[in-house]
Amino acid sequence: MKFAVIVFPGSNCDIDMYHAVKDELGAEAEYVWHDAESLDEYDGILLPGGFSYGDYLRSGAVARFSNVMKEVVKAAEAGKPILGICNGFQILLEAGLLPGAMRRNDSLKFICRTVELKVENNETMFSSAYGKGEVINIPIAHGEGNYYCDEAVLAELKKNNQIVFTYNGTNPNGSLENIAGIVNEEGNVLGMMPHPERAVDELLGGADGLKLFQSIVKQWREAHVVKL
Amino acid sequence: MYKVKVFVTLRESVLDPQGTVVKNSLHSMNYSEVSDVRIGKYMELTVEKSDRPVEEAVKEMCERLLANVVIEDYRFEIEEAVAQ
Repeated sequence: MKFAVIVFPGSNCDIDMYHAVKDELGAEAEYVWHDAESLDEYDGILLPGGFSYGDYLRSGAVARFSNVMKEVVKAAEAGKPILGICNGFQILLEAGLLPGAMRRNDSLKFICRTVELKVENNETMFSSAYGKGEVINIPIAHGEGNYYCDEAVLAELKKNNQIVFTYNGTNPNGSLENIAGIVNEEGNVLGMMPHPERAVDELLGGADGLKLFQSIVKQWREAHVVKL
Repeated sequence: MYKVKVFVTLRESVLDPQGTVVKNSLHSMNYSEVSDVRIGKYMELTVEKSDRPVEEAVKEMCERLLANVVIEDYRFEIEEAVAQ
């Protein structure tokens, strides 16, 4: 399985993402610049964290109109797994691939620490290696992770089991219903504020994030590799 | 040529944490008459005349990029400007 790590001007978690997938997961990965014309050769698309285009105007608002995003939309429609982490999540929201929007953290502070997440839905292609209700430790690092959507959208998210991760215990940023990560209705686009790619090795303080990437590969193998 | 002033603020239904902090600060300075503060963005666009009505073009720009209509409201003022 071959992943594309999309790099925007201002991305800064692209190297962590590449390391997680290539070195820790053992899958193929390539950096793909924001003006790329095609993503046809990739099986999974990863939108890393950072501050694309300096977060000017709003987080993700400018990146959403970059050339490669047309291809990301195409890949999403084709059912390929799309994972947006932190700024990547914000870009997916701005692009309309996921519903809702991000507000500034209710504390108005940039928060950088490890938090507990609860796996609310382990029946997605991103979370199948976790147990339902499993509590995992994943770092967060954001100033705008305060997820918001209106009541109608929230009702849909709940009805379709689209809330994949919530903050366990204290809510660090004020997000609606403690939401930390959601999938689209089809289940192949995940956006989350916490950074699983920073939790892939005990040496780095924890490896709870690795199962997320393993889940993606597991689903892909089941769908694409013929059993002997 | 037009000069367009665009104002973007968080929707009334969306809590504005910056506005709340500023309101509390004003209260602590004894401006008790302030009942609400909303903080937003102000943008100035210089727009050349074209075949398209300027209102239509600016509205589209606001909807697509300048504001996120999920959480933000926008309004704009258009002034006809004389080229310098």
